[in-house]
Amino acid sequence: MNRIYLDNAATTPVSQQVLDKMLPYFRQEYGNASSIYQTGREARKAVDTARRQAAAAINAKVQEVYFTAGGSESDNWAIKGAAFALASKGNHIITTSVEHHAVLHTCQWLEKQGFDVTYLPVDEYGRVTAAQVEQAINDKTILITIMAANNEIGTLMPIAEIAKVAKEHKVLFHTDAVQCMGAVPVDVTQWGVDMLSLSAHKFHGPKGVGLLYIRSGVKIDSLIHGGAQERGKRAGTENLPGIVGFGEATELASSKQQENARRLTLLRDELIEGLLRTIPHVRLNGHPTERLPGNVNVSIQYIEGEAMLLRLDMAGIAASSGSACTSGSLDPSHVLLAIGLPHEIAHGSLRFSLSDESTQQDIDEVLKTLPGIVKTLRDMSPIFPEKEV
Amino acid sequence: MYTDKVLDHFANPRNVGAIEQADGVGTVGNAKCGDIMQIYLKVENNIIQDVKFKTFGCGAAIATSSMATEMVMGKTIEEALKLTNRAVMEALDGLPPAKVHCSLLAEEAIQAAIEDYQKKHSSE
Repeated sequence: MNRIYLDNAATTPVSQQVLDKMLPYFRQEYGNASSIYQTGREARKAVDTARRQAAAAINAKVQEVYFTAGGSESDNWAIKGAAFALASKGNHIITTSVEHHAVLHTCQWLEKQGFDVTYLPVDEYGRVTAAQVEQAINDKTILITIMAANNEIGTLMPIAEIAKVAKEHKVLFHTDAVQCMGAVPVDVTQWGVDMLSLSAHKFHGPKGVGLLYIRSGVKIDSLIHGGAQERGKRAGTENLPGIVGFGEATELASSKQQENARRLTLLRDELIEGLLRTIPHVRLNGHPTERLPGNVNVSIQYIEGEAMLLRLDMAGIAASSGSACTSGSLDPSHVLLAIGLPHEIAHGSLRFSLSDESTQQDIDEVLKTLPGIVKTLRDMSPIFPEKEV
Repeated sequence: MYTDKVLDHFANPRNVGAIEQADGVGTVGNAKCGDIMQIYLKVENNIIQDVKFKTFGCGAAIATSSMATEMVMGKTIEEALKLTNRAVMEALDGLPPAKVHCSLLAEEAIQAAIEDYQKKHSSE
């Protein structure tokens, strides 16, 4: 069976070009980048090259780029590091109710350490405004952390406007941009952010390697102590093949971003329109236009998400859902609840996330397969209005 | 995470549908929690002649409904009342821990349908 992968917001396959760059660093140039002999020097060169690639891709200076073990570490480091470093100045943090758990759970943990966190509500599309952020700032506010694009519903936040407000009030601003690389332009200078998190495996790089951009002059505490790596701020022998892969993946993603966004937006809109046209009682979740080029999130009423995912999987299609049964808790996705969906509608959500490897055939196949699955499940649903069968 | 039996009952659910003028109907769960099970019974001479279900829920909810209907089909009311969630789970070769509540719902749905039947029956 032909497998169709439409869960690229969860992870992406490593691109061949990235893998080819990584492979020599497992067996040939395996040195520790801190060693002075030949293979160590080769490792150092490779890390330096990757850092230049990553810095160029996000329009940062080379010394502002720190490699980590992934997006979650980057978020944890930015938030806890800033909170601890600035604890003498204040204890108030501003975030939103739709952040990734790497941000939300970190903020919740900080609340237990005595920090005060404001979780801004979002509108029906999942957005906050710069004005909302400004109103929430008080004289104890030390950090604002707001995602650039939502991982579930794809909604883009007004990052540059929020950054402006943060700057005016001299509050640090971190953004989780994990979903953005290769999808929208990621430019730390244009956005005006102080810190930004990325993760390689979301744009055809390897799993287990991330990046935290820390603007020059911003001081945050370290989380991982033990060595002088990453300018003394993040200890641990460099994940050499991972970092090489990160560098290559960022370069590829940023060079292809425009073309990628143009093509995926067309596919995305075709999928959205197709779903709304062929299946009754479907709603689009997230903003119709201010959304990631590869994100489709819909709620299909009267049936449950996991059941749809299983049926799609049987048809060879991989997607995801925000239903309770897939969130690992009793409640459906916090993002879908935050945009005001009732539980029963949130349980019926489906997310298809595209990448530059997605094709027209993938979209056609979903549009051919899903209506039948929905009908089958609705036929056995006790809450589906009979007369409409 | 699901056993082959769960996937089989999910993909090819037995006894899906409703029974017109059923002798007993039981509905448990709620849409807010993401699971609703509805069981329909046709009873003659104290024996379950036919049973059907409709379920809103995840793969495990559908599979446990399907298995539970299979297990009570042709049984006496007394036998059907003894159906436990554990027995449904065992018949499916197990469920992931997070899905055990689905088997409980299946047990409760069968019991609710029988109670409905008994209520109607005793008032006749």
